[in-house]
Amino acid sequence: MQRTDPTRADPIDRETIAGRAIEAHGLSKSFGDRRALHEVSFAAAPGELLAIIGPNGAGKTTLLSILAGIQEPDAGEVRLPKGEIGFVPQQAALYRRLTVEENLRLFARLERVADVDATVEEMLAVTSLRERRGDQVGTLSGGNQQRINIAIGLLSRPAALLLDEPSTGLDPRQRARLWEFVLELAGRGTTVIFSTHNIAEAERYGERLLVLADGERIFDGTVAEFHAAAPPSEADAADFESAFVRFLAERGH
Amino acid sequence: MRWLLLKDLQIMRRSPLVTTLLIVYPIVIAVLIGFALSRGPETPKVAIVNQIPIESAFGIGEEEFDIDEVKAELCSRIECVDASSEREARELVESGEALGALILPADLVDKLQSLGGLTPEAPTVQVLVNEEDPVKGELVDDRISTLLSEANLRISQQVSEISATYLQILLEGGDLSLFGEGLSILGLQASSEILTQIRDDLPPGSPDLERLDEVIRFSDLAIENLGVADDLLGSVSQPIAVDKEVVSGNAPSLDTFAIAVAATVTLMFVTVLLVAGSLALEREENAFARLTRGLVGKTALLAEKVLLGVIVAVVVTALMLAGLSLFVSLDWARSPLWIPAIVAGGGAFAAFGAAIGAAAKEVRAASLLAFMISLPVAFLSLVPAGTVGSGLYDLIEVVAALFPFDPALRALEGALESGGPSIGLAILHLALLAVAYGILARFAVRRFA
Repeated sequence: MQRTDPTRADPIDRETIAGRAIEAHGLSKSFGDRRALHEVSFAAAPGELLAIIGPNGAGKTTLLSILAGIQEPDAGEVRLPKGEIGFVPQQAALYRRLTVEENLRLFARLERVADVDATVEEMLAVTSLRERRGDQVGTLSGGNQQRINIAIGLLSRPAALLLDEPSTGLDPRQRARLWEFVLELAGRGTTVIFSTHNIAEAERYGERLLVLADGERIFDGTVAEFHAAAPPSEADAADFESAFVRFLAERGH
Repeated sequence: MRWLLLKDLQIMRRSPLVTTLLIVYPIVIAVLIGFALSRGPETPKVAIVNQIPIESAFGIGEEEFDIDEVKAELCSRIECVDASSEREARELVESGEALGALILPADLVDKLQSLGGLTPEAPTVQVLVNEEDPVKGELVDDRISTLLSEANLRISQQVSEISATYLQILLEGGDLSLFGEGLSILGLQASSEILTQIRDDLPPGSPDLERLDEVIRFSDLAIENLGVADDLLGSVSQPIAVDKEVVSGNAPSLDTFAIAVAATVTLMFVTVLLVAGSLALEREENAFARLTRGLVGKTALLAEKVLLGVIVAVVVTALMLAGLSLFVSLDWARSPLWIPAIVAGGGAFAAFGAAIGAAAKEVRAASLLAFMISLPVAFLSLVPAGTVGSGLYDLIEVVAALFPFDPALRALEGALESGGPSIGLAILHLALLAVAYGILARFAVRRFA
């Protein structure tokens, strides 16, 4: 696999990636006999919110971990934005016995951030957790932990942020606060790619949908385009999730 | 790496259980070992019934014995409980208040003194033993048997000396006191000389000449054989003489060995559990993937854990040795050797812990695995040569050599006392194990995320 800089000469047509933060081309990955991803390609523009959806085992987490550089694909290439790429794992990757501030400070130092103090203050402001800076992370709610989890992904000021099922385990109020935070990030120009099982959440917050099933890309387009591709039946006129299930079933998944 | 190290120390500080373990454990071990070493072995409680009359000094040959002194010596080896009668002694033993009883009969002194005379009587003491607790019963049995054997040896030496004196008088002649009467003994040598003079005065061909020659030959034979009787009696009183020579293995003192074992066990548990748990915690907190995604290399993360283990090992072991020094005297002049021994031991244990932590992935599983492997290996490493078959012992030695406990124990023994094993070889052994377990840990963390 090649992880290339878009400003350099490469095999991908430069015209097609103009204005795009991330582009993946022909990504394939297998674990033993099991095929996790098969020739998946897509692109995401700066400030875009791309939702990756699909049933269990579709390859969502594998795709995100390849984009994050945690795993290497067997084939294909990824084009990353010029800046860092931030990755936020599904479960909060934080030290529960350290305080909010200590966690931010530790990862800021490990990220070799130029001004650690200023960056930590900024992240405390972004997460609205300044007043709880001295609390141990283990004492915070799941929603607040997820905010810090995301804030750590933002410490290096990445051009793109990868979120693996960010709202799992959160109650509706915590989910609403989380998405408010994510939308703010996207509004500032950060490309956000998130995977989710929550189809309604993908429809509501995703500007574009990337549907995976059995490791293959079966749809890539806007929500409106998805509605056009999977027109609601009379029975499930207002139910996006039912339409999605029918869409998968019609394609043998 | 230093930020990760600081982070781990902060987490340790915030975990009351870990902090308690790291501070209290070595202190408790130090106090226990210190008490055990400074108090010496437990003395069994034995009831003493002394029926010997008050005027208790007596002599056998030239040696004077004082019953009070004998009793004081006895009571320095066992904890004496005075009993007024045999019945009371039996009750004390039966109730378990005393593990045994020693009854000294009234005629003991007379019979002991008779050993130095011509009409000896065998003195007897009575021993009562409670064997409800077989271990303690055997201890008191052994202790009393040893004391009586020592007394028998001293008495038999005196009796032998007296017997040798009688033989000397028989041989050379002299004065002897018998039943209060003084006797003058001519002696075999003088008798032989007189007989030889008489023979020389007899006329040649005298019929008494041949019979006198027979008596003179018998007399010379008796003189010759009784002349070696001294040595023979000496060998009877102490038939086996001990000539001990240490041909290999300058063993350190038992105190040093006990301190080294205690320090190594502490070093092992603290370091292995800490490093295995700390590495497994990175995965449990989901931080491993985040850290190794470009922030810290996997090898650097392992190195940080090993360094954490070594730092804690040095602090905890130093704390323990300082605690022990309150009870036993340590050779502080050798302290420059303690540090390399502890660092090498800590490094090998930390690498071993990292391999366990990487293999187990979870803190609980890592702790369990660390206990399950470390404890039997420590026991195996302490099996002394000669207590099991040679083939099995060879196997135990091979197994022990694959784990850090045995070389760490040797390194600490060598560091604590000059008579201990080679510290250089032990440190080299530990370094090789640290590298080997480090490589195993590195392979194991490949599938960690």
